[in-house]
Amino acid sequence: MPPESLRCKECHTTYALDARYVCEQCFGPLEVAYASRAGVDPEALKRRIQAGPHSLWRYSDFLPVQAPPRGTLPAGWTPLLRADRLADEFGLDEVWIKNDAANPTHSFKDRVVSVALARARELGFTTIACASTGNLANAVAAHAAAAGLASYVFIPSDLEEQKVLATGIYGTNLVAVRGNYDDVNRLCTEVSGEHDWAFVNINMRPYYAEGSKTLAFETAEQLGFELPDRVVAPIASGSLFTKIARGFEEWLEVGLLQGELPIFNGAQATGCSPVATAFAAGRDFCQPVKPNTIAKSLAIGNPADGPYALDLARRTQGTIESVSDDEIREGIKLLARTTGIFTETAGGVTTAVLAKLARAGQIDREERVVVYITGEGLKTLDVARGTFEAWEIDPTLAAFEHANERAVSVA
Amino acid sequence: MAVTVKIPTQLRQATGGEATAQVEGSTVGEVLDSLYERFGELRSRIAEDGGLRRFVNVYVGGEDIRFMDGLDTAVSDGDEVTILPAVAGG
Repeated sequence: MPPESLRCKECHTTYALDARYVCEQCFGPLEVAYASRAGVDPEALKRRIQAGPHSLWRYSDFLPVQAPPRGTLPAGWTPLLRADRLADEFGLDEVWIKNDAANPTHSFKDRVVSVALARARELGFTTIACASTGNLANAVAAHAAAAGLASYVFIPSDLEEQKVLATGIYGTNLVAVRGNYDDVNRLCTEVSGEHDWAFVNINMRPYYAEGSKTLAFETAEQLGFELPDRVVAPIASGSLFTKIARGFEEWLEVGLLQGELPIFNGAQATGCSPVATAFAAGRDFCQPVKPNTIAKSLAIGNPADGPYALDLARRTQGTIESVSDDEIREGIKLLARTTGIFTETAGGVTTAVLAKLARAGQIDREERVVVYITGEGLKTLDVARGTFEAWEIDPTLAAFEHANERAVSVA
Repeated sequence: MAVTVKIPTQLRQATGGEATAQVEGSTVGEVLDSLYERFGELRSRIAEDGGLRRFVNVYVGGEDIRFMDGLDTAVSDGDEVTILPAVAGG
């Protein structure tokens, strides 16, 4: 089932599998089209997957590369954890956390960069680049270092310090742009027209986006080749959200899964919620916004895949919700104290949307719910500051017992 | 008003390879109409039903026209209008 062409999602014009992302006829986005999978034996396919490496390359039959690359940072195959204590909070039977913080640079971006970089090398590029809200910056810098490629990483200059430090350390060309992510993206779209570089989320975007399908493949495989009933996932550009669905659909088509596509609930921060706003208003397009939220990894005011995310939520009887910055902080704390997973603000958004839906009675008790946690709490530490107090004491037993008694009496 | 329009690489086939064009107009809509007059093929690629196709972004001086008055956004002499495809994030 090799990749066959790039195809416009709007007018279906096809192009060769090179570094391009936009249809010259209608300006629509391009995506990878594969050779027909009709007649493929699902049992043989399953055996091949199960014999594959413990990384996303076990799904290379469904990825747009000629061959899995050797000697790179292995991404994917992250834990799917049953979160009974979180489920108990809402009286639900079955909630699972797909913890994608357990990747080499601690976010799902390792998946998309792995695929984009592998294809970029096949196409002969020696420099890779990206416009990033931080997680992608970490991943591009690290995977370029591992592969011995030059890299350029463009970020908004007000990014969280942890994300800046965890990018620069890999020896990339780090460009801090005075502006928000949408300004960085606009600049990079212009730069990509002038330099012969592989911008993973611009001219390599059709390949890059395919990496997110592996979040669906892994979830299904880890559930014993079964589907969840409901998915809760964050929306920034809408690419991850829609590609999780695409992954399930491809496995349904080929017979690796039976049933129907899960209900898709999208999660945004109220301070940057163009897709949730369009959903609530019944529109099929997104009016861009200027982001103002602590969830910087989701702060894309002009989401390119917004129309497709709206369509997905509607056709699966799902919704797209937004939550406030306070709800995001509560979401981070809730996930931490019920599962032991410390997530970044994007995971707080997703957890808060799960809480919102569950408290509103939107989730049936017996549903199997999968929540996608896409990043690591250590990257957005400022959010945790001031949410608890440490007891500072003298180094004596009496001082400890005194402090402990006081804490117990308060609680 | 004479303004400069920056043409993205994906549309330069329709402009005979030109990366910029000097055109007249007092609003973004008029500027684009002048552009279509010069390069007829551009219209079908980015315009739709009197507006713009949904994956086309237009900026005046770096600001998205959807934050201003859309195609009615006024332009001044020497302004720079940029046409770019929508791109996904990260």
